[in-house]
Amino acid sequence: MDNCKITVHNFNFYYGGVKVLKNISMEIPENRVTGIIGPSGCGKSTFLRSINRMNDTILGARAEGRIVIDGRNIYDDDIDVVGVRRKVGMVFQKSNPFPKSIFENVAYGLRINGEKDRYRIEEAVEKSLKDAALWDEVKDRLNKNAFELSGGQQQRLCIARALAVEPEILLMDEPASALDPTATLKIEELIQELKKKYTIVIVTHNMQQAARISDFTAFFMLGELIEYNITSIIFTKPSRKITEDYITGRFG
Amino acid sequence: MAYSRIKENTIHGLFFFNGVLVIVVLVGIFVLLITKSMPAFKEISLLHFLFSFKWNPTASFVEPSYGIWSMIVSTFMVSIGALFIALPLGVGTAAYLSDVASYRVREIFKPLVEILAGIPSVVIGFLGIVLVGPVIAKIFRLSNGLNALNGAILLAIMALPTIISLSEEALKGVPKSFEEASLALGATKWQTLTRVKIPAALSGIIAASMLGMGRAIGETMTVLMATGCALAMPKSFLDSVQTMTATIAIELGEVPYDTTHYYALFAIGLVLFIITFVINMISDIILHKYQRVIK
Ligand SMILES: Nc1ncnc2c1ncn2[C@@H]1O[C@H](COP(=O)(O)OP(=O)(O)OP(=O)(O)O)[C@@H](O)[C@H]1O
Ligand SMILES: [Mg+2]
Repeated sequence: MDNCKITVHNFNFYYGGVKVLKNISMEIPENRVTGIIGPSGCGKSTFLRSINRMNDTILGARAEGRIVIDGRNIYDDDIDVVGVRRKVGMVFQKSNPFPKSIFENVAYGLRINGEKDRYRIEEAVEKSLKDAALWDEVKDRLNKNAFELSGGQQQRLCIARALAVEPEILLMDEPASALDPTATLKIEELIQELKKKYTIVIVTHNMQQAARISDFTAFFMLGELIEYNITSIIFTKPSRKITEDYITGRFG
Repeated sequence: MAYSRIKENTIHGLFFFNGVLVIVVLVGIFVLLITKSMPAFKEISLLHFLFSFKWNPTASFVEPSYGIWSMIVSTFMVSIGALFIALPLGVGTAAYLSDVASYRVREIFKPLVEILAGIPSVVIGFLGIVLVGPVIAKIFRLSNGLNALNGAILLAIMALPTIISLSEEALKGVPKSFEEASLALGATKWQTLTRVKIPAALSGIIAASMLGMGRAIGETMTVLMATGCALAMPKSFLDSVQTMTATIAIELGEVPYDTTHYYALFAIGLVLFIITFVINMISDIILHKYQRVIK
């Protein structure tokens, strides 16, 4: 097996008193795409948001167990949460650019890190936009408001914004769910490119997409990790009947 | 059937009547101010009225003069000064309430803000005389603390509730997804607030401060009590000043009917009316623009 980047140990998660993640344990390999699939409400987003402690912002939510990234439990009391989030980037299901210019959207992460050098910011913005396969479409209008972009472009802008701070891990929550097939294809190609440099965890509702882009696939149901394996095995000979039922579309 | 129809029509008519009444009153006041102030301009030139420093309508040996420029400056000094104090405090409080405070603190704080809004202006003015004034006098070593600064502080207190509640609304209206995007990039709460949330809520905050300012400009009792009432061009915030409102309040009771002085006081009212009207209009335009952006 490849180098392990994220290790999840007996992880539980509660909203109020309700347990939505039940004793999850899994190892997520470095420089690979790990897909998370499962029926709506099974806890995919919650799991993803646990990896960068995004759930901290939710009132009454509570985590139990450990998630270890590079040998460090990110739920330790003395962990620097802001530092965790810098290392673990996130792209949300609904694209959410800031109401700022295209340039400022990408530069934001650098600015909050205290980067002041105009030249280095410009360089990083260009590189991130190129990495997100958006540069050619926006290079002549970097000062335009980000809301003027199409949905697919906005989502790639959000990817560029996440890349600009050079994270090591990229979490993507259904990044293509609101996009048309062409834009989706672009993002899928992009993910293949990105995995050379990043460890990617991606939630998707689309079975074909999961089969196409991920190296490993985890199947969640009702807050439990049912099965986790190399993608081709999950899709051809899953060990659990319930996984097969889900993949073949017999429910969910 | 017929009965409910009548009821429906009556209610409809009532609401319509209310709406019309508001407009009639507004226009009525405007027309009244104009007709009452027009005679003043038979004697005084408009330019002299607006831009001359000297207000001395009761001069007996020299020509009386009717310049309100020092009052306009005083009014703006006091209210812009108030804004300078109230804006950071108000926005800071709003940010605290919307982002930091626990539910419990918020529930205690909000009614307090509303109570603050309900304090009569005489009481605030009183506070200016017995508390703020002496403190200012002590700090700056003045003989008394009744000056523009005092008025600005008091008006700031009065503008705070408006600024706090409207700014808090504006901050709450910022979509949570902006905040999450910022945090996910490794921004601190503070960075998220100052670089994403406040800019996104800016037009709402500007509108809030304009409304607060509109109120401050029209405020009479507080400034009458706390600013020292001196009719001269103020040189600094530590000078005593007399605002337009204070002048009207002081002089209208004593002035002989049907004199130029009498009409000039109405003209001051007209200028005030126009200033507040314009400020309210600007804040309304900004607010509308802001609501469109959020949608
Ligand atoms: N902020 C919240 N407060 C309370 N309960 C929540 C919250 N967010 C999610 N839940 C609940 O937690 C469970 C898991 O939600 P989650 O969003 O992780 O599911 P999901 O697998 O991502 O679903 P989908 O595929 O529809 O996005 C659901 O039952 C949901 O109702
Ligand atoms: Mg989800």
